[in-house]
Amino acid sequence: MSKQPAFASELETSILAVPGAHCAGCMSKIERGLAALPQVISARVNLTSRMVTVVHDPALDEGQIVAELARIGFEAQRRPREVAKPFSAVKPLLGPLAVAGFAMMNVMLLSVSIWSGADGSTRELFHWISAAIALPAVAYAGQPFFRSAWGALKHGRTNMDVPISIGVIIACALSVYETMTGGRHAWFDGALMLLAILLAGRVLDAMMRDRARAGVDALLSQAAQGALVVNEGGALEWVAAEALQPGMVMRVAAGERLAADGYIRTGASRFDQSLLTGETRPIACVQGDKVLAGTLNLDAPVDVEVSHAGQNTALAEIARLMEASSQNRSRYVRIADRASRLYAPAVHTLAALSVLGWLIAGASLYQALVIGVAVLIITCPCALGLAVPVAQVVASGSLLKAGIMVKDGSAIERLASVDRALLDKTGTLTLGRPVPDAAALDAMSEEEAAVALALASHSRHPLSRALADALMQRGVKPAVVAAVREEAGVGLRGMLDGKAVALRRPESASSMGVALAIAGKPTRLIPFADRLRDDALAALADLNRLGISASILSGDNADAVAQVARETGLTGQAGASPAEKQAAIARLQRAGHKVLMVGDGLNDGPALAAADASMAPGSASDVGMQAADMVFVQPSLASLPRAIRAARRTMAVVRQNFALAIGYNVLAVPLAIAGYVTPLIAALAMSLSSLIVVANSLRLMRAAR
Amino acid sequence: MTGVLILIPIALGLGLMGLAAFFWAVRSGQFEDPDGAASRILMDDDDRPAA
Repeated sequence: MSKQPAFASELETSILAVPGAHCAGCMSKIERGLAALPQVISARVNLTSRMVTVVHDPALDEGQIVAELARIGFEAQRRPREVAKPFSAVKPLLGPLAVAGFAMMNVMLLSVSIWSGADGSTRELFHWISAAIALPAVAYAGQPFFRSAWGALKHGRTNMDVPISIGVIIACALSVYETMTGGRHAWFDGALMLLAILLAGRVLDAMMRDRARAGVDALLSQAAQGALVVNEGGALEWVAAEALQPGMVMRVAAGERLAADGYIRTGASRFDQSLLTGETRPIACVQGDKVLAGTLNLDAPVDVEVSHAGQNTALAEIARLMEASSQNRSRYVRIADRASRLYAPAVHTLAALSVLGWLIAGASLYQALVIGVAVLIITCPCALGLAVPVAQVVASGSLLKAGIMVKDGSAIERLASVDRALLDKTGTLTLGRPVPDAAALDAMSEEEAAVALALASHSRHPLSRALADALMQRGVKPAVVAAVREEAGVGLRGMLDGKAVALRRPESASSMGVALAIAGKPTRLIPFADRLRDDALAALADLNRLGISASILSGDNADAVAQVARETGLTGQAGASPAEKQAAIARLQRAGHKVLMVGDGLNDGPALAAADASMAPGSASDVGMQAADMVFVQPSLASLPRAIRAARRTMAVVRQNFALAIGYNVLAVPLAIAGYVTPLIAALAMSLSSLIVVANSLRLMRAAR
Repeated sequence: MTGVLILIPIALGLGLMGLAAFFWAVRSGQFEDPDGAASRILMDDDDRPAA
């Protein structure tokens, strides 16, 4: 797919997001299609991050590449240029894992010969070789644990990495001593195995999180936010949102979102503020009215003079609220760390007591120390360290298959404990976009439907697009309508076999809808309304069965909320501002509830960040998706109870894993205290307990079914 | 014993080669796009290496 670059220094590299690419066919279509352009040197799709990297002649600009991709059939978005390569937690762990695995296998080979009876100088040689492999390997591969343990100790806390680090370091120190004095037992294999197994668990964990994040990133509208700015001479120029200055005039087409706050200078239109406030009713604005960044222009192109841009927009206030509440959440202590708070002191006391006990019983200091170290090594929390991550990895994999992306490892823990759910109305309980009334569509004749589709497919207006989608889903074939013209703010007109046809705004603008007029026939009105998501009622009943009481928390007006409340049988609060939503959650939390917030809008951001757990639909605003712990991409609300069930199942398995790991210790520790544990027994016990924990966690593969 | 003296360095050398190959692979971006690599094998393009 590459041609020889002629002048490498003059080439430009563009990276575009292509959320629609998902298979080998898409990759080859995109790569071949772009490479067919004469100015393109090479194009390569990264399927994991859903992005295409294009090396091209500067003569070709990104807009043209986007247009070409659209022609091939893929929606692409420009990305802000300075986007850094996404941070991956996997990469820094791959090196240590490879080193630990390599060293473990080689040391194990030598250990097997020692266990099977190698003696004298052979054993000594093998111990020395093991030490030569193991010490540098531990020094390198153990770093992720040492660093985290040191960080925790410095702040006077302890986490799972503290006992791991102490166990590994002490095992190595004792082994070096044994090797130098020609002793029988060296524990290098055990220390390395511990590191390798734990690192494998962490790599899996990081991989799963990377994948979920890539999924969310692909959903975010990576469109570099910006606007077409009208210059002095009337020329149009695309300016990125960060570069917008107060005083500039943006031309905002119908169907576009505003990139900055401002006042309408010419034109009049209606604006959908649902992402900002939850209000579903479009707001009509005329010359001189204030319009806010993030709202969607519905009807006609307007020129807007920028008053506030970038960090000064109304959005910034929401961002500030969110920042404050996410700090709240970082105080949550994960179950593994809670376990290690109990575990580490217990183990260390036990080891100290056994040393003391043997000394009192008359053993030499060396003997007592060896036994104390054996206790530390055998209790090293191999299975305990795997208990949580493996279960979470398997469960989030299962959730991912069900269309639920888990962004944060602790989200499953937090979700499992919720007992109260607050749901946003617009876009969460409902689809968040107007849908044509099914009865009105049923009533249309075949010809009317065909004409409506033909006209609607010519416009980017949200209502036209919703109408076209609905008609296409019904299998309607568009009629051949000639001379279609769109008149902004009014509608579309065209000619069908010499008859004038039109799809326009109804005369009485009391409710949302469109009117279809065919010359010589009565005008037909197609009302539009937002409707409940599929299975919303079943999902709410399901939540109830799980012991979670739900209610509505919406920024929309009381009438709209009351209607949905009637349909769903939920209680609701209407007209809530972002800060009020946050306060409602804080109130419930103070009353001892664990709150799940489900929402999609910018106005839900602070609430999503403040709740104990939060979910957002895939159609949510970028802010909503970034603030939520989980994102569900299916249109059905059934994802909610499904995720909660999977989370509860996961926590049940985690608790079983803890029980298994502790049970193993109960069996192994007496052996160690009695002084019967050799490196062979330690290796067997460690790998066996880890395998059992992994096998138990694999049962979660079907957790989200 | 003499056999061991030859075999152990060989075993370690082979292992180290594997390790070095892995590090090279990570550094040269072979793990950037695991999903894409899995799908690329299915592409029917008759693409020969660029001349």
